[in-house]
Amino acid sequence: MKSLKFLPIAAALAVVPVMGLAQDTAEAAPAVDNAFIFNTLLFLIGGFLVFWMAAGFAMLEAGLVRSKNVTTQLTKNIALFSIAAIMYWLVGYNLMYPGDGWWMQGMLGPIFATADIGGDPALETGYATGSDFFFQLMFCATTASIVSGTLAERIKLWPFLIFTVILTGFIYPIEASWQWGGGFLSEMGFSDFAGSTLVHAAGGFAALAGALILGPRLGKYKDGRVNPMPGSNLALATLGTFILWLGWFGFNGASQLALGTEADANAVAIIFANTNMAAAAGAVAALILTQIMYKKVDLTMVLNGALAGLVSITAGPLDPTLFGALWIGAVGGVIVVLAVPFLDKLKIDDVVGAIPVHLIAGFWGTLAVPFYTEGTSFVTQIIGFAIIGAFVFVVSLVVWVILKATVGIRVSEEAEVNGLDVSELGMEAYPEFTKG
Amino acid sequence: MLQLQHAGLIPLQTKGTKVKLIIATIKPFKLEEVREALTDIGVRGMMVTEIKGFGSQSGHTEIYRGAEYAVNFVPKVKLEIVVNDAMADQVVDTITATAKTGKIGDGKIFVLDVAQAVRVRTGETNEDAV
Repeated sequence: MKSLKFLPIAAALAVVPVMGLAQDTAEAAPAVDNAFIFNTLLFLIGGFLVFWMAAGFAMLEAGLVRSKNVTTQLTKNIALFSIAAIMYWLVGYNLMYPGDGWWMQGMLGPIFATADIGGDPALETGYATGSDFFFQLMFCATTASIVSGTLAERIKLWPFLIFTVILTGFIYPIEASWQWGGGFLSEMGFSDFAGSTLVHAAGGFAALAGALILGPRLGKYKDGRVNPMPGSNLALATLGTFILWLGWFGFNGASQLALGTEADANAVAIIFANTNMAAAAGAVAALILTQIMYKKVDLTMVLNGALAGLVSITAGPLDPTLFGALWIGAVGGVIVVLAVPFLDKLKIDDVVGAIPVHLIAGFWGTLAVPFYTEGTSFVTQIIGFAIIGAFVFVVSLVVWVILKATVGIRVSEEAEVNGLDVSELGMEAYPEFTKG
Repeated sequence: MLQLQHAGLIPLQTKGTKVKLIIATIKPFKLEEVREALTDIGVRGMMVTEIKGFGSQSGHTEIYRGAEYAVNFVPKVKLEIVVNDAMADQVVDTITATAKTGKIGDGKIFVLDVAQAVRVRTGETNEDAV
C-alpha cells in the first residue's frame, strides 16, 4: 500500500524529461504551426462524428426491420464498419489518394499499397496524415452502411460481407479517387463537396444493384399490392436519425479540410448551420407532405426526409445561404416522400428507404450545386454523377451476380419467414417477446 | 383428503349455488371504466386479455410508407368474470351500460354456465370460490 503513494510522483518524474524535451523543441522552433494543429483537430473531431454515423445507421436499420431480423442487422452494421476500417488501410486509402502514384493517370491508383501514417508529422501537408486517414476511412464505411439497410431481412450474412470487402476496398476508393484523389472528374470541373455523389449516391447505386439481384422480401409485393412490413422499433429509428444528423456536422463540416485560418473557421461554421437547416427543411417537408397525401403524418418518412435533406446539402454545404439550404433540403424531403412509393411500384424492395434518401436525393444535391457555387455547371454535375453512378452500379451488379451464382446471396424461404436472427445467427434481439 | 378428491379418488362434494362465466369483449379504452363499475357492484375478480378480432366492425386501412394496407382484426379487450347466478344479470347490465358508446364495435357479452369452480388455495367450490 505504501509504495502506491509514490506512484504518482514516480509518474510525474517520468514525465519531466519529456516535458523538458518538448520545451527544448519549442525553443528551437518558436513558431508553433497552429494551422497544422487546428486542421488535424478538425479531421479528428469530424472523424469521430462521422464514425458515430455508423451507430446512427445501426439504430435506424434496427428500428425499421422487423424484430426477427434485428440481431442480423446489427451484426451486419458492426461487421461492415470494421471491414471497411481494415480494407481502407489495406488498399483503400492509397487507391483513393494516389498522389504521384497513379497506375493510370486520374483513373486508377495503386491497388496493393497499404496506408502508412507513421513517422514525423509532415508539416507541409498542413495536417497529420493519421488524422486524414482516420477521417477518410469513416466516409468509406458510410458508403457501405447505406447498402445494408436496403438489403435487410433477406440477404445472407457472409455474401453481404464479401460484397462489403469489395465495395470498401476497391469500388468506393476508385470512384472517389476520380474526384477527391485529384482524378479526371476533378479535372473536369465536377463539384461534390462532401459526397452527395461519391458517398451517398455511390452507396445507393450499390444498394440498388443488390436489391435488383436479391429481389424483394417474401410477400412484399403480392397480387399487385404492396404489403407494408412495419419496423420493429420507431424509437430506435428516430434515435438513429438524430445520431446521423449529429454525425453529419462532421461529415460536411470537416470536409472543409482545414481550420487553420479565420476564413476556414468561418466556412466550417457556415457548413454546420447550412447542414442543420437542410435536415430540418427535409423533415418539415416530409411532415407536411405526408399529412397532405395520406391524411396522417408518417414518422418513418419524416426521418427519411431529414436524412434526404442532409444528403441534398452535402454536395455543396458551404455556398448556399441559409434560405438556399432550406429549399435544397426541402426538395430532398419531397423527393423521399414521392420516391418511396415509386420504388414500390417498380417492386424494388428497399427496407429502410436508402435508395430514395441516398441515391435520388444524392442526385438532387449534386445537381443543385451550381445554384450557389460559382464555376460549376449543371451539365458537368450530371456527367459526373452519371459516370460514378454507372461505374458503381455496373461493378456492383457484376459482383452481386457472381456472388449469387457461386455462394448464393439469399436465405431460404423458411429461414426468411422464421427470421434471419434465428436462421443465420441463432440469436434473437428480443428473446423475451413471443413471435408476432 | 383434498388431494385425494382432486386426484379423482373421491367424488368432489359440490357446495354452494351455481356460478356463471361472463365473457365480454369491449373497446380497450373502456376497460378502466368497466372495471370500476364492476368493482362498485361487488365483483371481486376478473381475467383480462388483450385480443384481436372482427365482428360487424370489420377492418380498416392504414398507410405505411405510402402503401395502404388492410387491418382485418381490430384490437379488443376480453373480460372473463365468474360470479354467482344471482349476480350475473347485474354484471351484464353494468358492462352493457359502461362499455357502450353507441358506435359499431362496442363488443359482445356471452353468459355461460360453469360446471365447477374451485379456489386453489382452500379448495372451496362454486359460489365460495369466486
